[in-house]
Amino acid sequence: MTNSADVAKGGDGAEWVSTHKSHESYSEPGPSSSALAEVAKGGDGAKSASREYLQRRSFIELSARDRAHGLLDPGTARELAGPFDRIESPWLSVQGVTPQADDGCIVMRGTIKGYETVVIAFSGAFQGGGIGEVSGAKLTAALDLACIDNEKGKPTSAVMLLETGGVRLQEANLGLAAVAEIISSIIALRRHAPVISVIAGPVGCFGGMSLAAGVASYIVMTPEGRLGLNGPEVIEEESGVDEFDASDRSLIWSIFGGQQRYDQGLVDVLVDDDTDQMIKTVRELIAKGVPAVHRSEQVDLYRSRIAGLDPSRQWNPKELHSWSAASLLSSETSATGDARPIDPNQGPANEKEKKP
Amino acid sequence: MEQFELNYPAKRKAPKRAHVGVVGSGDLEVLLEPIDGTTATVRIRTSVDGFKETWKAVLDQFFGQYDGAVRIEINDAGATPGAVYLRLQQAVEASEP
Repeated sequence: MTNSADVAKGGDGAEWVSTHKSHESYSEPGPSSSALAEVAKGGDGAKSASREYLQRRSFIELSARDRAHGLLDPGTARELAGPFDRIESPWLSVQGVTPQADDGCIVMRGTIKGYETVVIAFSGAFQGGGIGEVSGAKLTAALDLACIDNEKGKPTSAVMLLETGGVRLQEANLGLAAVAEIISSIIALRRHAPVISVIAGPVGCFGGMSLAAGVASYIVMTPEGRLGLNGPEVIEEESGVDEFDASDRSLIWSIFGGQQRYDQGLVDVLVDDDTDQMIKTVRELIAKGVPAVHRSEQVDLYRSRIAGLDPSRQWNPKELHSWSAASLLSSETSATGDARPIDPNQGPANEKEKKP
Repeated sequence: MEQFELNYPAKRKAPKRAHVGVVGSGDLEVLLEPIDGTTATVRIRTSVDGFKETWKAVLDQFFGQYDGAVRIEINDAGATPGAVYLRLQQAVEASEP
């Protein structure tokens, strides 16, 4: 994809700006009314927009624990299998890698807008958020416990804050097994209550975990987030720099970035990097309930879309965008029906009361 | 990876436990827990071998200021001495009421 001459390349700062400009140049105005774009345009709104941008509370800059904590209603969050429980990976130290006391996976129970929810957050700074035996088991167990609660009549949703490169290479086989378990646990849970994937930070969500993100009820991204199966470095390593230049940040984000993924219809909501907006979005999606048809169930729709993409030649980001806009338009008639809201007040106690 | 333990005299019980940091490149994780007795113990696990003297110098300085009876566990991914000192101070701040 190196023939994308329209993608400017410069120094560190210049690249970052050009990434945003390239979004501007090919994308339809989405729901993400970026204050930054206002600033770039200049004019009347620029001054107030830049103030707004500076005053926002970044979600990406929060630690994984603070992100999970921030999403839950104040005073309701309690961490399960936290760092002092010391459930750490037994495989890292024997390979000369320092383990982390929570294995980079934070599980928190609480409520979101009154709805019982479990939030699972991955720490992208530790081993690139890679899934190992322990972190994978924590995620699976959290989803399974939520599923049991649902089956007992206590509706419980799940939010996965995914900052992960996929399977941790030091625990490759166990990590792969974990991804399979995670996916089946998501599919079991999503019948009862919404499972939401949030991909906020620049680590993004890659490898097997991109599949896990995809089977969720809803996917939320920021423009800074990235989503893909093979990461840029993997593609360059496998197919050469002519296929994909993994050092070209603007190219990477124009292919894997949140804006492109949203325009392709692979993401439900695109939000700016703002904690309040993120909380609002997640709350709305939980309140919306279980989708009538999940994205991953629409096999024919997505197969027909991919059929229109010729993989024998390179596509630049602009062409890719036009293709996704056209394929979205042609499949617009396939209505998916209304979501089924869950009742937050329904629970074992209330069930009893209902009975005479 | 290298692992070792250091001990320091303590005068008082620390109020509560604290957890700060992340085992990311150039950073570290600190787990601080109050214990009974008059000794503070520090267990260090670091991905960078051969810096035991530097660790001792940083912790000697830290325990020159701090007298809590605690068990500290450090999981390090190549933090500089300055970063180590700041994380220790942050852990103490989080453990004091």
